[in-house]
Amino acid sequence: MKRLHLERLANPQLLALAAVLLINWALFPNFFRITWQDGRLFGSAIDVLNRGAPVAILAIGMTGVIATKGVDLSVGAIMAVCGAVAATMVVAGYPTPIAVTAALGVGIVCGLWNGFLVAVLDIQPIIATLVLMVAGRGIAQLITEGYIVTFNDPTLIFIGTGSLLGFPMAAVIALVLMILVTLVVKRTAIGLFIQAIGVNRSAASLAGINSRILLMLVYGLSGFCAAIAGILVAADIRGADANNSGLWLELDAILAVVIGGTSLLGGKFSIPLAVVGAIIIQAMNTGILVSGFRPEFNLIVKAGMIILILMLQSPLVGTAVGFFKRDDKRVVSK
Amino acid sequence: MKRSLRPLAATAVIFIIAYAASVLQFPSMLSTRVLGNFLTDNAFLGIAAVGMTFVIISGGIDLSVGAVIGFTGVLVAVLISWLGVHPLLAFVIVLGVAALFGAAMGAAIHYLKVPSFIVTLAGMFLARGGASVITQDSVPINHEFYSAISDLMIRLPGGGRLSFIGLLMVAIFLLGALLAHRTRFGSYVYALGGNPVSALLMGVPVARTTVQIYMLSSVLAALSGIVFSLYTSAGYPLAAVGVELDAISAVVIGGTLLTGGYGFVLGTFVGVMLLGLVQTYIIFDGTLSSWWTKIVIGVLLFLFIVLQRIIFAASAPGEEKPEKA
Repeated sequence: MKRLHLERLANPQLLALAAVLLINWALFPNFFRITWQDGRLFGSAIDVLNRGAPVAILAIGMTGVIATKGVDLSVGAIMAVCGAVAATMVVAGYPTPIAVTAALGVGIVCGLWNGFLVAVLDIQPIIATLVLMVAGRGIAQLITEGYIVTFNDPTLIFIGTGSLLGFPMAAVIALVLMILVTLVVKRTAIGLFIQAIGVNRSAASLAGINSRILLMLVYGLSGFCAAIAGILVAADIRGADANNSGLWLELDAILAVVIGGTSLLGGKFSIPLAVVGAIIIQAMNTGILVSGFRPEFNLIVKAGMIILILMLQSPLVGTAVGFFKRDDKRVVSK
Repeated sequence: MKRSLRPLAATAVIFIIAYAASVLQFPSMLSTRVLGNFLTDNAFLGIAAVGMTFVIISGGIDLSVGAVIGFTGVLVAVLISWLGVHPLLAFVIVLGVAALFGAAMGAAIHYLKVPSFIVTLAGMFLARGGASVITQDSVPINHEFYSAISDLMIRLPGGGRLSFIGLLMVAIFLLGALLAHRTRFGSYVYALGGNPVSALLMGVPVARTTVQIYMLSSVLAALSGIVFSLYTSAGYPLAAVGVELDAISAVVIGGTLLTGGYGFVLGTFVGVMLLGLVQTYIIFDGTLSSWWTKIVIGVLLFLFIVLQRIIFAASAPGEEKPEKA
């Protein structure tokens, strides 16, 4: 991170982001126009950062989970639960720091529960997290008693809609979280351990890695990230909507991680590129909206994007490229 | 009793106990009327869950089911109401479209060697987006053929009604069970889910079977969409959101292992009925809010997963733990 190599910037994700932004610019010439107003920046490009922040934050936690060959389907539901906890406590008169801390704690507990099912009970991740995905929204409804809990707490609203040095608060939080988690993972052995578990859990355990604790940590981090995203979304609309907060965002987060080049089969992973993936998704969303297309096209564009990535990542294409390069080492796919 | 049937028996026993407990509290739940409605109200879920059972036994997952139901409903409604196509022809068209759609997903999963999770996620976006692009609104279906089918039912003593769609679901379950346990295709599906590599070595046509499995799932989802349009007499692009999760829950509760290679079609039937029982109980109770449904389903899911682990740990003491997929 000390020096930025030019060739490191030329990875497919950043090229894709540039392409999406260029298309947006072509369709909507004012896309990059940024104005300074009321002490903060305004413009479509800033909006991409702001709106993309929740998915980017989810993607940070999801990257770790997917790197261990798992998946966390429950993050959307955890968002709803944590948003509901924060909103309900603020309305009940608790000070904001306590409400936020409680919501973050609930997120971590939810994540650790997932981790317990996966690491200790050895349940497949997709199913273990499905339990909370199904039940979570019900729990959130239970907390809000079926209403959309609205609040007027200035601190909480600042977290959702405020700005720091002109940049939206949500984007700043996502950036700080990304840097922190990346540093912890890359500057310590934790990243290596996560990768080892993703490649082969039994081998990693035999090599002396405590895979149970590490898996619990990874899922706990995912829950923590979901809690932050949940608080941001609730603070943004000044209310906790148990039904719609974070609905289907787990799929967007998984998509962001996959766009970021992390393999669903575990092992190789990159947190900053997953965040870039989240921004690509949001840039497409915003692009479709500002250029006047119907928002429904979004889903079709997203599907097209997944298919394109699958084609590029598939071993079939790899073998074909290898063939044309006359490489001696043939890729033997399982 | 065969050890391999234990999870199925566990699900059935829990259903019977839960139903008996509900009847003790609300005696009127033991009526042909309630039982008939069980079948009618869960018909679309049940039909989609049969397809999901095959996909999960083969070791995959299909997230596109709910979106295909929504897309089918819209396509049927548009064909009938806007273009004046006869319903039967419309059914043939949508089933054909769904078969192509499923075949494309199966081919992508096999030839691109990507997890079914991500391919069917793309399929889900595509189908839901396609439905929303066709229309944003609910399209009503007013055709004499539709009302004729809706009126088609067998009256039971005690005021109960066995509707056409309820009976259709039961028929699909029986056909699904035959397909799974009595045909070559069924054995291929189990072999694939057990171990794809050894299935290939044993001569299972992996490519063809994978394509057929996802075709079957999409065709059944489309049939489920038709049933849903019969049930609501309309097509709506946002219909059946999240039904894939209910279907997966029903399959898991029915004793099918998500690692693949093991499961029962008829277990899924009990799973669907158990989900229906939870909903009916909450309606009967009246004081419980509807969001309890989700929590109870989540708890049931958890109980059954733990139960499966205990049973498998007990029945296979010498074996190694199955490697995590």
